[in-house]
Amino acid sequence: MAKKKALTKDRLIWMYTEMVRVREFETRVKRTFVEHPGVIRGHTHLGDGAEATIVGALATREKNDLAMPSYRCHGYPLVLGTSPRKMMAEIYGRQDGLCGGFGGSMHLADPQHHFPGTSGIIGQAITHATGAALTAQVKDTGQVIYCFFGDGAAKQGAFFESLNLAAVWKLPIVYILENNHYQAYTHIGLEDANYIAGDPLSKKAEAFSIPGVTVDGTDPLKVYAAVQKAADRARSGKGPSLIEAKFYRLSAHGNAITVPPVPTQFPEHEAVEVYGKKAEFAAAVKNDPIPRFRASLVRKGILKNADVKQIEEKAQAEMQDAVEFALASPPPRGEEAVKHVYA
Amino acid sequence: MAREMMYGEAIATAIMEEMERDSSVVFYGQNLAMTERDPFLRKFGKKRVRIAPISETAETGVAVGAAMTGLRPIVELWMSEFMLVAFDELINEAPRLRYMSGGQVKVPLVFKAGYGFAAGWAGQHSNCVYHTMMGVPGLKIALPSTAGDAKGLMAAAIRDDNPVVYLHHYMLTLDKGPVPEGDHVVPFGVADIKREGTDVTIVATGWMVKKSLAAAELLAQQGVSAEVVDPRTLAPLDVETILKSVKKTGRLVLVDQATRHASAAAIIAAEMAEHGLKALKAPVKMVTALDTSIPFSEPLETYVLPSEEKIVAAVKSVIAKQAATV
Repeated sequence: MAKKKALTKDRLIWMYTEMVRVREFETRVKRTFVEHPGVIRGHTHLGDGAEATIVGALATREKNDLAMPSYRCHGYPLVLGTSPRKMMAEIYGRQDGLCGGFGGSMHLADPQHHFPGTSGIIGQAITHATGAALTAQVKDTGQVIYCFFGDGAAKQGAFFESLNLAAVWKLPIVYILENNHYQAYTHIGLEDANYIAGDPLSKKAEAFSIPGVTVDGTDPLKVYAAVQKAADRARSGKGPSLIEAKFYRLSAHGNAITVPPVPTQFPEHEAVEVYGKKAEFAAAVKNDPIPRFRASLVRKGILKNADVKQIEEKAQAEMQDAVEFALASPPPRGEEAVKHVYA
Repeated sequence: MAREMMYGEAIATAIMEEMERDSSVVFYGQNLAMTERDPFLRKFGKKRVRIAPISETAETGVAVGAAMTGLRPIVELWMSEFMLVAFDELINEAPRLRYMSGGQVKVPLVFKAGYGFAAGWAGQHSNCVYHTMMGVPGLKIALPSTAGDAKGLMAAAIRDDNPVVYLHHYMLTLDKGPVPEGDHVVPFGVADIKREGTDVTIVATGWMVKKSLAAAELLAQQGVSAEVVDPRTLAPLDVETILKSVKKTGRLVLVDQATRHASAAAIIAAEMAEHGLKALKAPVKMVTALDTSIPFSEPLETYVLPSEEKIVAAVKSVIAKQAATV
């Protein structure tokens, strides 16, 4: 069984840095809709607000562990080491994109960096992550699979079938339910039986007799502790766990669905746009995980103000470079489209 | 050298041999390997041979994820209609993930099921649903009609680096036929001429090959020489061989157990309309199931499905048509 990793000062700074990088990347994707209208086609989903959960969870991974999230997928590969240049170019549909422009925002894949790929159909990737855990078990690789999905996906049959199967087969997987409070445009209070009954969503684990815990998903250290325990359990052959990480998605579900030639833009968050809950959204912004983690690290003397500035500037420069790279990358040639249909 | 084997036995033999050959092949499904006596379980152990809950979405989706990460899963789905429960995985996940990743991942897996069970299984367990998968880029579909093809196509399916839907016909399960000894692999996209002839081309798959061969025998007694072509895989589809046969015979009868507008026959007819019209001496004739669900009671079931008599009548009509034109 893996030893519990003590979080060194360097590791804590790494965690903060990664959170800042993810936020900066998402900020630049969002800004593209304003600064370069029409450059991003289709539907794009941002993970701002999820940084503490993404980084807190992935900070527990061993070298070859895989991350398999939903279509809201930008943050994970960034933390795993994927090039932000290639990611941005993919989101812009360019030749130098991670997937050559075949996938786009929802379908990033980078197997070389332990990121096999995603599905745009809500909940279905849970089955794929479960399958990756089957591979790990059959081949005895010692890997743990980190499966991330939203509260909406937890209502799919794919969720229930996968957790049952993983529990029966004792697969090495950690299911991380990112409860960001909105399934697409619908508030969780309108669609989740546990929530409506006043229970945590981790109660769903009881149906499969596996551990289920709920953590504050805005605190990377709390996420880290819970996921570490679940990952150790998975790695030691005891099977899956379900972790509900509660946070708040800070952007709307996705850019507005418009029909060409009307360029698409990011609307206000559903809380404001659909439900008129301005106070709820303001409270979520106030509870932003990044400034909170920063403050705690500064308070503990782990980060100095100069470090903070340097980390931010470095992330800004990195993502500025990614945007410039993506804008300069040519579009793929049309005739490329017939490639990759069959292996 | 070949040995006689039942169609169902040929499939199991292929799986057994491929599992021996490649340790990344795993095999699971509902009601599979329930006891220690199971031959697959005894040979390959619990890691590679598993029983699955009744969870088609997870069974197929897990196979997709396992295939993406290095296994070659074979999922026993039993009946082709059960695949409909998992259609997202079959249609929108397995064949698309490689493409969407820009060729970075491959998804080598086999979804295995029986189909066309015309033995009183009624409306939801005896249909032919392959047309719904036929036009899906990235997906391959095999429909063996003989024991030899059943073994060879299964071996090819397991070795293929793409998702394959392998549909075996329930009505052929006990039929015996020669199976070549040793490593027998039937390549995908290569049609087989099951009987040579000069007057008419009959294209059929699965159980319909058997019926078409019986019809060809009856026709031969009446002086009509029918060629029977079995595409063996619908995706990829060997249009060339069909076209070549039609250029020889000048007439085409398409036999398909599926309903008319949901048949592979309709697709082949379209290919012939575009590429083979000049070779045709008479219009193409399709012998398909009637546009109904499959009824339970035997005379009802018989009425809607293609039969030897219907095939013979169709062949006679295309031959008569030519006479009329001349």
